[in-house]
Amino acid sequence: MVFSIASFVTQVAVLLLLLVLVHKPLGSYLVRVFEGKKSTRVERLFYRLSGVDPETEQSWSIYLRSVLVFSAVSILVVFLLQRLQGVLPGNNSLPGVDPWTAMNTAISFATNTNWQTYVPESTVGIFVQMCLLAVQNFLSAAVGIVVVVALIRGIARTRTDRLGNFWVDLARTSFRVLLPMAALAAIVMVIGGVVQNFWATDVVNQAAGVTQTIPGGPVASQEAIKILGTNGGGYFNANSSHPFENPNVFISMFEVFLILLIPSALPYAYGRMVGDQRQGYTVVGVMGALWLASTVLMGWAVASAQGTATAVAGGLGEGFEQRFGAAQSSIFATATTLTSTGAINVAHDSLPPLAGGIAMVNMMLGEVAPGGTGSGLYGLLILAIVSVFIAGLMVGRTPEFLGKKIGPREMKLTAMYILVTPVVVLALAGITVLLPYAMANAPASGPHQFSEVLYAFTSGANNNGSAFGGITSSGPYLSTMIGLAMLFGRFLPIVLVLALAGSLAKQPRIPASSGTVPTHGWLFGSLLLGVTVIMTALSYFPALSLGPLAEGLLK
Amino acid sequence: MNTLFGYLRQAGTALRFLFLATVVLGLIYPLAIFGIGQAVAPFQANGSIVRDAAGRPAASALIAQVSANDAGTQSPLWFHARPSAAKWDPGASTANNLGPNDPKLLDAVKTDRAAVAAAEGVKESDVPADAVTASGSGLDPQISVAYARLQVPRVAKAHGLSPETVQAMVDRRTVTGLEAFLGQPSVNVTELNLDVAAATPAK
Repeated sequence: MVFSIASFVTQVAVLLLLLVLVHKPLGSYLVRVFEGKKSTRVERLFYRLSGVDPETEQSWSIYLRSVLVFSAVSILVVFLLQRLQGVLPGNNSLPGVDPWTAMNTAISFATNTNWQTYVPESTVGIFVQMCLLAVQNFLSAAVGIVVVVALIRGIARTRTDRLGNFWVDLARTSFRVLLPMAALAAIVMVIGGVVQNFWATDVVNQAAGVTQTIPGGPVASQEAIKILGTNGGGYFNANSSHPFENPNVFISMFEVFLILLIPSALPYAYGRMVGDQRQGYTVVGVMGALWLASTVLMGWAVASAQGTATAVAGGLGEGFEQRFGAAQSSIFATATTLTSTGAINVAHDSLPPLAGGIAMVNMMLGEVAPGGTGSGLYGLLILAIVSVFIAGLMVGRTPEFLGKKIGPREMKLTAMYILVTPVVVLALAGITVLLPYAMANAPASGPHQFSEVLYAFTSGANNNGSAFGGITSSGPYLSTMIGLAMLFGRFLPIVLVLALAGSLAKQPRIPASSGTVPTHGWLFGSLLLGVTVIMTALSYFPALSLGPLAEGLLK
Repeated sequence: MNTLFGYLRQAGTALRFLFLATVVLGLIYPLAIFGIGQAVAPFQANGSIVRDAAGRPAASALIAQVSANDAGTQSPLWFHARPSAAKWDPGASTANNLGPNDPKLLDAVKTDRAAVAAAEGVKESDVPADAVTASGSGLDPQISVAYARLQVPRVAKAHGLSPETVQAMVDRRTVTGLEAFLGQPSVNVTELNLDVAAATPAK
């Protein structure tokens, strides 16, 4: 397997160029969607049938209640209908999904994680894929976006307790943003070779005496939103390594572009909505710097081709697809772990140890570079508030963020946000390694076994969904624990973000003074970058040194 | 009581919202893409099925197709695909998921390297990495140019063809240009074996 530096540089440059070209038109469109007053006729019908009053705006607590109730109902419905698969149409003769798997999968798709404890080919039929999982791909991505929109409104508005209407935001994000974009992407994918039909095809190679059943299914429509919505749950077990999800290097590059597309356009919309575009550019600059640094590091770690088995094989290959090459796979692995996507086009378990470690660090950053749809931006805005707090301590002033005081209540919410995910990851991974019964699910030996467990909980709590696939996560213990990690890692931060949005919206805007730390420009950008990296390092360094660092340094 | 009522009312809204969204996103959207796909690119949308000389569906150009015995040894008559954790079953895509220092992977690589060297009659050091490592999908139809070249003499002999003829077939199925630059030069084994079959007179 060749790691072509020329190809690597070209692909990174092309991606950057495309994202720079697209962020402004897409960001402006997002602003129009979120600030628009009018509903279309179809939308009005939709609201009437669902019992939504689109004119009523909600306070933060009602907005939050809507998010939680909607997600709970989604989880329940997806769980129940999976259990009933055996008696429903479109089940491809598969029985109901076992309760642990159904529970884990329902949580996984409603939290935008798309951790896959099930083997799709032998567990779920077309109905579950198309009408449950793909629908959650849209809606869970939209939930992430509407939560950051509520936070932005909290920053932009003054002296109000109204943050918008969750149902209107959710419908507009789903139908005006995600649906048309996914449809375009799906058509490109079909032309590129991704399957979109409803039947399998029997083929016979008479000369060689081989018969095969070539699978089919509505793959392109699901693949498009899986990637665009930073979901990551594959139609097939091998995910974006599978030729029918990702047939060639062009489509693979297109998928990386789609992964980064919405998260990197949202900061522009944020800048516009708070009336200061420098804010958006500073945020996207930090995201871009982290992405570029991580991509280069990943390229270096992959190209190093560390590993005893790799050395004997004569180079990279295990877990890689010949048709993508190692350069594309390292770019894909970075993008999928820096966003909350978790799709894979190379088996992460088989990456060189330090490359696997970088994939973990990417998730541990909290999925902020550029992060999941919506969740990436709210994660980074929380870190920006931590940064103004630290800067405020340095100059001895009450910190403020875009004219809003960051008082004790705001700081408590922010600090809890920062703590929630690392606590969930480290506590649950810690409990698991103490249980021999649970560790039997990770058959690797030495530090790699610990890495598999750490990766699983990091991926779950950060709502990523990729895995070191050697671990068997389908039993009751890991299904439950990873299910909890996904729930806590998704909804505790959302509670805190919306509470913060509520308390910011209530405040008046205080004019900037000579003591105000500007939250744009190089100085603040560097501070924000430093805070992001140091927070991650402080939380996770000990755990990382027991897993991928130990494995990478031992050999 | 008020709060409980609020939650219930929200749950009703959520259920209706979810149902309507499912009609649009879970039925209309995939069916529309299906319709457009069948109109614009039916070959790709249906799995890139290639046909043999008689016009019967013979393989998918995107999926590895291998003639192997139950032990997973590939037939000496044909070009070999990469090792596969899925045993090349299109309905069971999977990777080995073994770490790069895993002793099990090390053993498998050593065994495969010796086997490939013996089958092709070359030194172990001439065996390329893709010949002894499984892909992430287990269905990768592509192999490196080096691995294809290694197999030319064996396949040519088995089919009574000249090595030059077979090498020309390999060249024809080698990915070139921009695709090779962004990815890497590779050969599609599934299509290559169909070419070989078509060039061989039926016995």
